[in-house]
Amino acid sequence: MSILIKHQSIVPDTWQRLEADEDPNRQPLPEADLLFPQAIWQARKNEIISRYKRIGLWLEPDADLAPLAADLDYFQVIAIHFPKFVDGRGYSLARLLRERYHFAGELRAVGDVLHDQLFFMRRVGFDAWALKAGQDAERALHAFTTFPTSYQGAVDDPTPLFRRRNP
Amino acid sequence: MYRYDNYDFALVRARVAQFRDQVARWQSGLLSDDEFRPLRLQNGLYVQRHAPMLRIAVPYAMLSSAQLRALAHVARTWDRGYGHFTTRHNIQFNWPRIEDCPDILEYLAQVEMHAIQTSGNCIRNITTDPFAGVAPDEIIDPRPLAEILRQWSTFHPEFAFLPRKFKIAISGTREDRALTWFHDVGLQLNLDATGEPCFRVIVGGGLGRTPIRGEVVRESLPWQHILTYLEAILRVYNLHGRRDNAYKARIKILVQALGIEEFARQVEAEWAHLKDGPATLTQAEYDRVQAHFSSPAYRQLPAEQADFVARKAADPAFARWVARCVHGHKMPGYAAVTLSLKAPGQAPGDISAAQMEAVADLADAFSFGEARSSHEQNLILADVEQGRLYELWQAAKRLGLATPSVGLLTDMICCPGGDFCDLANAKSIPIANAIQARFQDLDYLFDLGELELNISGCMNACGHHHVGHIGILGVDKNDAEFYQITLGGRQGNQARTGKVIGPAFAAAEVADAVEQIIGVYVAHRHPDETFLDTFDRIGIEPFKNKVYEHRAHGRAKTAATEQSA
Repeated sequence: MSILIKHQSIVPDTWQRLEADEDPNRQPLPEADLLFPQAIWQARKNEIISRYKRIGLWLEPDADLAPLAADLDYFQVIAIHFPKFVDGRGYSLARLLRERYHFAGELRAVGDVLHDQLFFMRRVGFDAWALKAGQDAERALHAFTTFPTSYQGAVDDPTPLFRRRNP
Repeated sequence: MYRYDNYDFALVRARVAQFRDQVARWQSGLLSDDEFRPLRLQNGLYVQRHAPMLRIAVPYAMLSSAQLRALAHVARTWDRGYGHFTTRHNIQFNWPRIEDCPDILEYLAQVEMHAIQTSGNCIRNITTDPFAGVAPDEIIDPRPLAEILRQWSTFHPEFAFLPRKFKIAISGTREDRALTWFHDVGLQLNLDATGEPCFRVIVGGGLGRTPIRGEVVRESLPWQHILTYLEAILRVYNLHGRRDNAYKARIKILVQALGIEEFARQVEAEWAHLKDGPATLTQAEYDRVQAHFSSPAYRQLPAEQADFVARKAADPAFARWVARCVHGHKMPGYAAVTLSLKAPGQAPGDISAAQMEAVADLADAFSFGEARSSHEQNLILADVEQGRLYELWQAAKRLGLATPSVGLLTDMICCPGGDFCDLANAKSIPIANAIQARFQDLDYLFDLGELELNISGCMNACGHHHVGHIGILGVDKNDAEFYQITLGGRQGNQARTGKVIGPAFAAAEVADAVEQIIGVYVAHRHPDETFLDTFDRIGIEPFKNKVYEHRAHGRAKTAATEQSA
């Protein structure tokens, strides 16, 4: 079983990615904790809701969040995929999911997820990380304390430094 | 100028520790080259032709004498005794060792300097007018808001991995000196109908491969909303800017693709959610930062001092320096002074450690301990008493910092080019030196008047060739260095890009071509016409006809070059 960084510690990961076939309507759906691609979720929403107690969603960085707005309460987990760590769209998606759509479940970063991105990812609303293979998870835990404070508000603390600065 | 408090120090020191750890992980193989590259770039560290290059930020151009001395120490200890000022309020060191960079940055942190976001696909150093706070045509001093923007953009968690770099310039004067029309975002401060500061927000300008003048996305934005509005712009860009092609990834391409109306609609829709949120600026924060930029202890002085007038009349060389290097000031009896980094034979913008220390001493003695770095790659002492200009001139002359060419042909903007930079297609410094050598007669230069010549060694346009009255761009043709010339570009309120005159020139031909271009101007000008005035009146044809007279064009020329090679 793969591992996950969650609540700033290393835990086993029970969720699996389900990759979309050519025809999402006929694709068999195995019994497991699944992260459904958006296409399958949208095609077979009712079936998934009736069959699965725990539902996860897998988002690509070009995802349009508006059509999902009414569905977010169904998801225990939303995974945002970083195909390359320099692709920063997932940071804006995370912030929108937390601040605009008030998603309260687990928000995890998956894909090319590296040590040096964790601090920023936590700030924009991620609370779980499936590190890229080969990353040192124990060492990566230190990344959450890289900076002692931040100038801007974000999901972790919406109040910018200028509103809390003491001389 | 702004002084760090405990929060600012803590953040910059945490950055040094983070970077030290990243360098160590890279050295031990835990970070691959590809993984390390964006991280080191966000800390200003390039790996260049001969050695790494470290780019240190000079936020909104302000330098204290202590910072200048610290830079001199860095140049001497970890580099080859000099540095290079860029067009965007940065100083670059061209010869540090990668493993020394954490020590360099730790040293500079003591004097409140850093290399944060001086490169990489993130929000870069905020630039402004080097005469901010002293310019006679200033409406609002842009530095407090520039510092507020510096803090907001530093380690912004949502915008650290944008499609491409993102440059913001802010101006607060009637005549724009911050090139706001040619930045990803240009901010022009003004007063609204009620006398409150507001921004005109320009978006999608830029030089580089596809030079585009920006467009107004919002005519008037109350200053308190600047952070939320910028977050809206950046979010639209971060989500929708192209990431498939680095040459199409700047925000200007997105703005062109959507059209300014649709782009503005998306920004306003995003902003509707952010407006009046916690990032809305407070008067208390503005006042806190603004207090750092209060005027120094000026003396009450007459507007014109008799001794100064007499010196100018008696010493033509001094008068010439005053005409070129001394600038107006909002306070009677004070002046701003350019210390030129364009001495003949010197690479434009280069400065030795000894000169840095000397400028620090001059700043202490003449200008309240502060200096500025200009877009034109010179240094400025912003607050000099008129009665002490003669003394300053004599000192600057001894230091090689009094070349009286500011705004003239030989006050060139020039990137480091192929001698240093890995991106360059062609060398730029030897071209600058050849032109300087050709135009050494000061009387002739003065007679030619205002003339800006900018040189870039590649399309990335670090030398801002597009907005030079004469622009020179290094291009690579069949592995040989050629130079394309543009005419009629300009900065300021009427900023626009120049027109290409025709086929490119070999390196040895460039100075001849410039001389011929100048010859056409001299032959056609009316009394009191500047180069740009004449160019605007007669157009590019007379220049083209002269420069390409008796020359083979296009393929014939390439063939001739190959035969002779």
